[in-house]
Amino acid sequence: MVAFIFRRLLIAILVTIIVSLLSFMMIYMAGDPAITIAGESATDVDIEAVRAHYRFDRPIHIQYFAWITNAIQGDFGKSFYLKIPVSEMIIERLPVTMGLGALAMGFAICFAVPLGVGAAMYPNSPIDRFCLLLSVVGQALPSFWFGLLLILLFSVKLGLLPVSGTDSWLNFIMPTVVLGYYATPAVMRLTRAGMLDVMSSDYIRTAKAKGLHPAKILFKHALRNAFAPVVSLAAVQLGFMLGGSVVVESIFGIHGLGHLAWESISRNDFPPVQAIILILSFIYVVLTLGADILNAWLDPGIRLGD
Amino acid sequence: MAFTTKINHGASQQKRWGRILEHRGLMIGGSVLVLIGLIAIFAPLLSPYDPLAQNLGNRLQPPVWYEGGSWNHVLGTDALGRDYWTRLAYGTRVSLFIGLMAATMAGIIGAILGIGAGYFGGKFEAFVTFLTTLRLSLPVVLVALAVVALFGGTLTVLVIVLGLLLWDRYAVVLRTVTKQIKSQAYIAAARSEGASHRRVILSDVVPNLMNQFIVVWTLEVAHAILLEAALSFLGLGVQPPTPAWGLMVAEGKDMLFFEGWIITIPGVALFLLILSINMVGDGLRDLSAPENRN
Repeated sequence: MVAFIFRRLLIAILVTIIVSLLSFMMIYMAGDPAITIAGESATDVDIEAVRAHYRFDRPIHIQYFAWITNAIQGDFGKSFYLKIPVSEMIIERLPVTMGLGALAMGFAICFAVPLGVGAAMYPNSPIDRFCLLLSVVGQALPSFWFGLLLILLFSVKLGLLPVSGTDSWLNFIMPTVVLGYYATPAVMRLTRAGMLDVMSSDYIRTAKAKGLHPAKILFKHALRNAFAPVVSLAAVQLGFMLGGSVVVESIFGIHGLGHLAWESISRNDFPPVQAIILILSFIYVVLTLGADILNAWLDPGIRLGD
Repeated sequence: MAFTTKINHGASQQKRWGRILEHRGLMIGGSVLVLIGLIAIFAPLLSPYDPLAQNLGNRLQPPVWYEGGSWNHVLGTDALGRDYWTRLAYGTRVSLFIGLMAATMAGIIGAILGIGAGYFGGKFEAFVTFLTTLRLSLPVVLVALAVVALFGGTLTVLVIVLGLLLWDRYAVVLRTVTKQIKSQAYIAAARSEGASHRRVILSDVVPNLMNQFIVVWTLEVAHAILLEAALSFLGLGVQPPTPAWGLMVAEGKDMLFFEGWIITIPGVALFLLILSINMVGDGLRDLSAPENRN
């Protein structure tokens, strides 16, 4: 178990280091960053001034170490465009995206788990078929279009929900649904498969033979065991959601991390983008690491062997 | 004996076709897909208009089933007076081109990594697992947006970016499949006869995992099309005035409050395309591994 965690931790650190290298290199990929920042009409003198100001004249590995040392301490430099520290921008935006992600994950679980359980309890029933239909349709629905359709229906036609902004909790209903439906089919299918597996196991048969109440079998014995793989899937999906929230945030005018990244990319302002990619990757790495350790702890096969 | 084998062979071929024809999802999805493919190929013949030709005197004509619509512009015209059906038909080409090319490029990368990892195991497998973890930790949409911003929103850049980002599922699936194949007796037999690794991989492993490869390929075509549409929607994908469905939704977004159909039409097209590709993919998976149906 200790060896497993140690190895997993090593991989997580290595992934983070390489992602940090990649995001650092990003501003050099399209050529000289000094020219990009100075703008189209800049003279050679301007470009030299920019280069000296941002200290792009230092050797690249020294720049990287300076950047990463500061980043670890929470300093991601200044935005080229707004001239304010990137960390301030991120501290303002991160809670919005994390909150939206948590809401969306909560929605996906509350929606998908009961359906998955129902589908497993009654295979080939209307519930099962409905789940299948939902996952086939759900996977084909582009999220930006789904979001606009919801706006068209609930804001324009029915006038029930606000179109954009973050003023009240009503603003978060549609974004939560749009971001959450993305994870729904996967969670539903895994719940269904896990439940089918558990329900055919010996200890459930024993519980049934003992004459336990079906509800008690379901909640006390079956669900708990079927849910373990769902937790680790949920961790992975939450990581994907935070990375994919840029689309939802741009549709509903939510000023979160994704929206900030999109704005910054659109105006060639790369320090915030570097920081956001690094932070989102780091969150994903931490989430999956947590899920792996949890799984290893739950599963004696991994805990003892491997 | 030879005679019976022959009959069995014919019967199994027949059964195979029977299974394909009986699979409802595969037939429906396949038919829609063929139709969309034909629209892409024959787009210039299906409309008298140019997808880029503007006609500002004829802006925002509604589709034919709305009041004021006419058969001159079956699906109406957009904010610049361009015929919407023509743009939709040409947009099919953009989606299919990017989807097919990106999924194929990702497939080549993923197959090399996945087959290598499954066949050789050891350090190479650890390396591939690490690479897959690294790839999954990168937020796809943001990285793709940033790269497109840096290198420009051309079809080539989009294909390369998506191709480099979408290989993970191939690597994971093909690694598992290759391991299963490698444990078969015929691989050991081929090796003991002196066949090189290269030969074993090309003539024994690859043909046996083509089914799984094609299933993942269809899903990734759909995935790539969806991502391209999202990038184009965000303004950092296919650039105007190219007719691309995601871009058409973005261009219609501001008219949402007055002309709902302008975002509905390209969205429905995108939805149908993805749905039919996924139905074909699911159908192929059912046929290649009926025991995994649930």
